[in-house]
Amino acid sequence: MLLHLQDVTKIYPSAELPVLRGVTLDVAAGEMLALTGESGSGKSTLLHLIGGLDSASSGTVAVNGVDLTPLDDAGRAAVRRGTVGVIFQQFNLIPSLTVAGNIAFQARLAGCHDAGFAHDLALRLGLVDHLTRYPEQLSGGQQQRVAIARTLAARPKLVLADEPTGNLDEATADAVFALMCELVRDSGAALVLVTHSGRLAARLDRRLHLSGGLLS
Amino acid sequence: MSVRIWLLLMLLAAPLTGLAQGFAGLGSRAEGFALPSPDRVLQFPADHGAHPAFRIEWWYLTANMTGPDGTPYGLQWTLFRSALAPEDGQGWGAPQLWMGHAAVTTPTAHHVTERLARGGIGQAGVTAAPFAAWIDDWSLTGPDFDHLRLTASGPDFAYDVNLQARGPLVLHGQNGYSVKSAQGQASHYYSQPAFALSGTLRLAEGEVKVTGSAWLDREWSSQPLAQDQTGWDWFSLSFDSGDKLMGFVLRGADDYTSATWIGADGTVTSFKDGAFEARPLTWHNVAGRSVPVGWQVRLPIRGVDVTLRAVNPDAWMATSVPYWEGPVTLTGSHDGVGYLEMTGYGE
Amino acid sequence: MTAALLSALLSHWWRNPVQLFTLLAGLSLGTALWTGVQAINAEARASYDDAARTLDEGQLAQLATASGAPISEQTYVALRRAGWLVSPVIEGRLGSVRIIGIDPLTLPRDTGAARMMTGADLSGFLIPPGQILAQAETLNRLPDTDAARIATPGAAPGVAITDIGVAQLLLNRVGQIDRLMVTPEQPLGQRPLADVAPDLLLTAAQGSTDVARLTDSFHLNLTAFGLLSFVVGLFIVHGAIGLAFEQRRPMLRSLRALGAPLNRLIALMVLELAGLALIAGGVGIALGYAMAAALLPDVAATLRGLYGAEVAGQLVLRPVWVISGLAMALGGTAAAAAGSLWSLARMPLLASALPQAWGAARTGRAQVTFALVLLGLAGALTQWGQGLLAGFVLLGALLIGGALLLPPILRAVLHWAEARARGPLAQWFWADTRQQLPGLSLALMALLLAMAANVGVSTMVSSFRLTFVAFLDQRLASELYVTTANPAEADRVLNSLEGTVDAVLPLLSMRQSVAGQPVELYGARDHATYRDNWHLLQAVPDAWDALARGEGVLINEQLFRRAGLGLGAPVPLAQGGALPVLGIYGDYGNPIGQIVLTEAEFRARYPEVTALRFGLRLDPGRVPDLRAKLQADAGLPASGIVDQAAIKALSLDVFERTFLVTSALNMLTLAVAGFAILMGLLTLAAMRLPQMAPVWALGVTRRHLALLDLGRALLLAALTGVLALPLGLALAWALLAIVNVEAFGWRLPMSLFWMDYLRLGVFALLAAAVAAAWPAWRLSRMKPARLLGVFRHER
Repeated sequence: MLLHLQDVTKIYPSAELPVLRGVTLDVAAGEMLALTGESGSGKSTLLHLIGGLDSASSGTVAVNGVDLTPLDDAGRAAVRRGTVGVIFQQFNLIPSLTVAGNIAFQARLAGCHDAGFAHDLALRLGLVDHLTRYPEQLSGGQQQRVAIARTLAARPKLVLADEPTGNLDEATADAVFALMCELVRDSGAALVLVTHSGRLAARLDRRLHLSGGLLS
Repeated sequence: MSVRIWLLLMLLAAPLTGLAQGFAGLGSRAEGFALPSPDRVLQFPADHGAHPAFRIEWWYLTANMTGPDGTPYGLQWTLFRSALAPEDGQGWGAPQLWMGHAAVTTPTAHHVTERLARGGIGQAGVTAAPFAAWIDDWSLTGPDFDHLRLTASGPDFAYDVNLQARGPLVLHGQNGYSVKSAQGQASHYYSQPAFALSGTLRLAEGEVKVTGSAWLDREWSSQPLAQDQTGWDWFSLSFDSGDKLMGFVLRGADDYTSATWIGADGTVTSFKDGAFEARPLTWHNVAGRSVPVGWQVRLPIRGVDVTLRAVNPDAWMATSVPYWEGPVTLTGSHDGVGYLEMTGYGE
Repeated sequence: MTAALLSALLSHWWRNPVQLFTLLAGLSLGTALWTGVQAINAEARASYDDAARTLDEGQLAQLATASGAPISEQTYVALRRAGWLVSPVIEGRLGSVRIIGIDPLTLPRDTGAARMMTGADLSGFLIPPGQILAQAETLNRLPDTDAARIATPGAAPGVAITDIGVAQLLLNRVGQIDRLMVTPEQPLGQRPLADVAPDLLLTAAQGSTDVARLTDSFHLNLTAFGLLSFVVGLFIVHGAIGLAFEQRRPMLRSLRALGAPLNRLIALMVLELAGLALIAGGVGIALGYAMAAALLPDVAATLRGLYGAEVAGQLVLRPVWVISGLAMALGGTAAAAAGSLWSLARMPLLASALPQAWGAARTGRAQVTFALVLLGLAGALTQWGQGLLAGFVLLGALLIGGALLLPPILRAVLHWAEARARGPLAQWFWADTRQQLPGLSLALMALLLAMAANVGVSTMVSSFRLTFVAFLDQRLASELYVTTANPAEADRVLNSLEGTVDAVLPLLSMRQSVAGQPVELYGARDHATYRDNWHLLQAVPDAWDALARGEGVLINEQLFRRAGLGLGAPVPLAQGGALPVLGIYGDYGNPIGQIVLTEAEFRARYPEVTALRFGLRLDPGRVPDLRAKLQADAGLPASGIVDQAAIKALSLDVFERTFLVTSALNMLTLAVAGFAILMGLLTLAAMRLPQMAPVWALGVTRRHLALLDLGRALLLAALTGVLALPLGLALAWALLAIVNVEAFGWRLPMSLFWMDYLRLGVFALLAAAVAAAWPAWRLSRMKPARLLGVFRHER
């Protein structure tokens, strides 16, 4: 299993109820999974736990056979660099780097930068004319495509996407989403997509619904 | 003792902290100084005093002494005069400069100190009768040249001794006109080689009563010697027989030796180059140099073949221009004591 | 990974060059001011050291007469012949050059003078007309003499050495010696001093020289100034670094989400800041060097005139202040960045990526509390603090406490104004000003500190000047001062003066030790001159009459403070017991204690001292005539007659030069603060668009908005200025009444200089206006599209 969650709970000190109450989940390599749920249902929290951005209150989170729960910040950062790619709703580009710089960035961090591959990605995402521009000079759809290119350029085994098209208008969102799915599928990575859109969720292999801190 | 002219000139020409290069200009200002003359008849007591018209002059005294327990001691007292111009005068601007060296040597220690002074203000000087030679608080004084009192002091020693002449003055060369080289350089030179000495040394361990004998040299000139030699070894020896021997080796491409024999009866004989021989036997490291402190000295013509040993091999004179000077003991054909002076042993 | 992270971090600066410039400029300017002042100080100190080392003053024991009268050559020779290894010195001035006559034959080894003699031609030096050894620059200042001039690079500036015989001729003092240096190692069997030369006093070797202690006051002031300037620079740096960190928060979050470990990020940011600090420090040192090079000639003139201390007019790059400059730049950056790095280290990965309202967190209740604690500490130190260190802690606490209190006070004032504003635009103006406050508060704090430092330093300098002028009037009351070489010459002068002047006041003085302190004793004739001119800080009733009756003595403030001799306390004197203190007078800049008693008492107690110096009272108009007469009749050399007006003019001229230096520094700190405001406004300009755009959309023209912005900057500067005044005065008070007393043993009376403060206020407003002008102009020319963009681009 590429991803294995066993009885994961998450309790925030400030909240009365647990956000997650014993989630168990397995994702196989190459599998594309959609997580839906209402606002506040804990789907983003679950994604953060999988990405090692946050730690579970109890239970096990294992990515590519590595149990994240006992790792410290540096250890989890290493897993993020090497195995996982995260695409956020906010595009999270580095404003002071050019498009080319942003695309290459995560791969350089992970130490697996391949200029040809990055250029291919830029080509397929329609970014080649913008490589020397800065994020603030791009439209929202273009920015998100840069974020997708950045993530995939590092060849992650698992791509996590948190409402990747939530900030885009519907037409743009559909185009970007289609491109993302195509590229992830081509790369052989697994995808865990968090979205509140049933329309988008329906296009993936599997769909799980999070409600009341439990998967269904 | 002619080598001491050279010593003084070297002393004055060598780097002396802060001031010595000043003396170096001396050589070029030689004009106008009086020159020694064979026709001059030495007049006493007048010639015991200073001769400001000559460029250099000294009163040079060394003594071999023993303490109450038989410990050998050595003592040195030297007053040099050096004229920047052949004139006397009063005040700071007067051109007569003075330098004093004083030392006491024991078998385990060697104390040495130096003074510099200007003549024009009365800080140093020499008067003939009654005799007085002084620099600062050091002095050699007496009603006449046969009865003298000698004092000197340094940070770690002082002495106060009385001297009684036991014989006549010895005039070197031709009635005190002493020729130094084939080129005709010469000096006026006489000695009192036979002072009986008694007095007190003040050392760190306390006062020591001493008795012994002292040798006083007087010499003045205006001319430097030839400068091809690298240094010299000078010996003044007093044998138990009552005879005395002064000899020196000028070291150079060809060593040059000279000697004077002063018989117990007062007869004086000079020996030319080659008659006197000195050969280093043992060497000693002092002040970063290797210096011969044991010698074989021979004057075959008088049957002298003695071995010299320094009372204290560390008798190094750490003065403006450093040299080695200290008492020695003699064994061999003759027994006795003496003084050894060595210059030109480089670091 | 490191390369990728570093390129991402550094790319921020490329995209925000103004921020980078602010950071570098703030740090460079702060370092430059600090380094410049240090360079001037180090140079001046090195020069005194050279001068002092010429004779190893202080390092060697000395022999001199109690009265200061010359020593005869007979006494010198008698000492030498008694086994005293002493070396004679005569000193005097030829024109503006200090001539030191020495005897190279007896000069103690390892003195500076002995080193200067190395390589000299001794016979040329000894034999008249002799030689004078000095720096080439000093030689050029010498009047014509027969002596050969020998340029000697190792000499101290303004000092020339020559043979004592030559010096006696040049100074027209044949046969005289001023003092004898005592060689450290003396021979055995020396005769007691009392037997040989009973009139000579042996002064043991001391650690420091008089001139160093005197000039310490000047340097302390400069150092305090340099430090204040650096603090001003630090506020700018703190602002720039804080802003950069806040702006990079989203980026840092992204980097971490992409797998950059936190500790690596922190280490890289520390590295990045250290690199920037070194660059800025290097630039600052270069600027400081340039500043010091420009100011040093004035400082040199100041010290020469004020204290007689010689300072070379040329600057040498000394490792001490290069290192201190870099250390300050690094340390300052560390101090400025510590808070930001700390908050970065504790920032949760998933915290809001939006920049926090910059500086808002800093203006909370905790800040007010901290400021009040600091001010309380300062207050407590004025009461119970001891020592110089406490004085500096007091200064620091006062400044930082005052600066921290500024934003809350401004906020309260703005709040108050907002509540009373009428009309919507006015209300918006006050509210918007209040909202901008957090972003500008660091710049305003820098301005506050710059102005407070200005007020403090100019108050101190001006107070010092007033005091000094009063002191000159007190001490130089006589119109003409005559110095004679010996009693015979003194008699000749007195005879020729018969009936030509209003009064002849003999100046009798000698040195002795009182309560373990070296003290100068003066015998004063009872004359209106003293009563009229001497200002007593404390006195018993009718002190002058009591003094005239010989019932007591007057002492200076230094003796009062150091020996704890209050009014009525008995002062032990050499013969005939003690006399009570009748009054205490201010004696500014004098390093040692003084006692004044009547001429009769003085002569009775110290009959061996004869007066060789005299003050003459006469109609100032007749001074030139009398001068000529004294030279003609009594054969006094021109150097023996000093005219009071000339001394005063010289002294005041020197003070004006001091002013030049301090006012130049004042201007620089103000410029630095103005720069901080400019940078603050420029950074805010972009952030403020969302606030400006709606107002513009509602119908206020860009021009109007720009004018309001300009007005806002002036308003904030004015408010800051008003608050800077009390802080600056408190600073001045602390410098004068605490630090000066701790450092030098006397208190400077403080005066207020309202015109100076007003001028400073105008300059501060000007600086703020200049700083605000460009951002305002940019606003007035801003394309409407950019303002409209706010509505489209909302995040």
